Amino acid sequence: MTAFADRAIEDQIAQWRSYAQRHSALHGPDVDELEEHLRDQVGALTGAGLAGDEAFLVAVKRMGSLDALSREFARAHSERLWKQLVMTPGAADEQADTKRREVFVVLALVVAAALAVKVPTLFGVRLNPDGYVPPFYFRNASLFVFPLLAVYFAWKRGWNAMRALWLGLPFAAGALFANVFPWPTVAVPPPEIPDTELLTILHLPIALWLAVGVAYVGDRWFSGSGRMDFVRFSGELAIYYVLIALGGGVFTLFTITMFLAIDVNPGWLVGGWLIPCGAAGAVIVGSWLVEAKQSVIENMAPVLTRLFTPLFTLLLLTFLATMVWTGSPINVQREVLIAFDLLLVLVVGLVLYSASARDPEAPPDVFDALQLLLVVSALVVDGVALAAIAARISEFGFTPNKVAALGENLILLVNLSWTGWLYASFLRRQRSFAALEQWQVNYLPVHSAWAAIVVAIFPPLFGFR
Amino acid sequence: MKAASFYARLLTYIELQRIRLRRMEMTKDLVAASATPLVLAILAEGDSYGYAIIKRVAELSGGHLQWTDGMLYPVLHRLERQGHVAAKWGAAETGRKRRYYRITKDGRTQLAVQRQQWQVVDNALRGIWMKASMA
Repeated sequence: MTAFADRAIEDQIAQWRSYAQRHSALHGPDVDELEEHLRDQVGALTGAGLAGDEAFLVAVKRMGSLDALSREFARAHSERLWKQLVMTPGAADEQADTKRREVFVVLALVVAAALAVKVPTLFGVRLNPDGYVPPFYFRNASLFVFPLLAVYFAWKRGWNAMRALWLGLPFAAGALFANVFPWPTVAVPPPEIPDTELLTILHLPIALWLAVGVAYVGDRWFSGSGRMDFVRFSGELAIYYVLIALGGGVFTLFTITMFLAIDVNPGWLVGGWLIPCGAAGAVIVGSWLVEAKQSVIENMAPVLTRLFTPLFTLLLLTFLATMVWTGSPINVQREVLIAFDLLLVLVVGLVLYSASARDPEAPPDVFDALQLLLVVSALVVDGVALAAIAARISEFGFTPNKVAALGENLILLVNLSWTGWLYASFLRRQRSFAALEQWQVNYLPVHSAWAAIVVAIFPPLFGFR
Repeated sequence: MKAASFYARLLTYIELQRIRLRRMEMTKDLVAASATPLVLAILAEGDSYGYAIIKRVAELSGGHLQWTDGMLYPVLHRLERQGHVAAKWGAAETGRKRRYYRITKDGRTQLAVQRQQWQVVDNALRGIWMKASMA
């Protein structure tokens, strides 16, 4: 790497550099590295007798077209693709056309999702007959929307009809298990929902989300980066959905207030149409927004994890210290098990989303140590809780809720323990961060598999209690 | 700048490149497939940096394996991401900074695997070509 006395060459190199930097897939250090190469090459060529600007031209030509190079870099660093899509100027027209077509497809799917919610009404299952929503709607909530979401991704990724049909299988199975079991219905409203039915309501979406993931990822399922993209997508969708829901809440509030002002009760419109149809349509709209506007709030999930990782670490450590200090044991109530499950889910989420936005090549820093501390303290807290719960189960026997929660707890415990181990060896620089990322994305299907087991096996196993 | 002489020399250079390419045109796939074992093997000889690796590849292949220079870097970054090589910024002899690459333990394992695979391909081709030349 050489600095050149010739001003003209320095100028040309500076120009080349600023041009290279405009390519979004190339980051500052990449450009540095390429510039070094260019300088070496120019140095060697001038040494071989070429004049300065000749050498520069040849060196640039040998470097290759920046468009092609940018594409290769984007492929090597797919997490950057997420931030900035590489667009070549020539493809702009074609893209405008596809975008317009996409808007129509999305609109059609939103309408379909909104109407899907109303279809059961045609067959006599009314949405809120006596001011409460029958459990049928809760059991099938994910089935109104997820298949349409899968259709959207199948369309977007250009799946052929045969493969799309295969994709329909998990949804068909989901519909079967959600509706075939004879749960007892208590006629007095509001109906009391049996435990196993509640478990189905909670677990079916988790199981089916994997099928949406397969549609989203397409051919890249077996590459870790594809699944990581799906994790990012899920997080951003959750954020968009919350934002849309907030807006929807304000809209609903205005609808009610304004119509009440003229003494018209809009209850049937709000409860029967606005909220259920809006909630279904918002999933599709949110997904489309995430797909289309990836770069707008690209960094929301990582920012939130940065914000809350220290806070949760502090909470867990304080909790442990207080428990040791006061010596008061965990009071195992019915909800405690679920609370600790949620705690572990949250910690996994924090780890997953900070991993999804992390540059895998960066060396470990303080934040990584903090994450390890978070994981370890969550493991300790959960260990204490598990011991208490085990004692209680041996005393009072198994119920579907406890078995489901315990299963989830164990799955999360395995995930976090290995995550902690990988994090520790990453901090000691024995392993690359990619190993941790790999473990997380490989483990994803396990959660859905367990959810599927709960949906398919628990109701008959526990006699539809 | 004597524009005429400059363009004459440039055209000569391009013509030379064209001739070199025609002499032996490697398919893109083959070049891409051989990139990983080549880079790993070169780094197994000792730590190195981009420009030196390119030079070594040209030297080893007698100039037949000509990559567009830039394409080496995405390959290096991918290997780094997979943990096969490690990189750090260091100082070049001229005092400017330069990124040096080093093969890791994982990388050596990967190199051994690649080596076995390429030997299988090599043996198979050799077998059939021997037969063809004897017939």
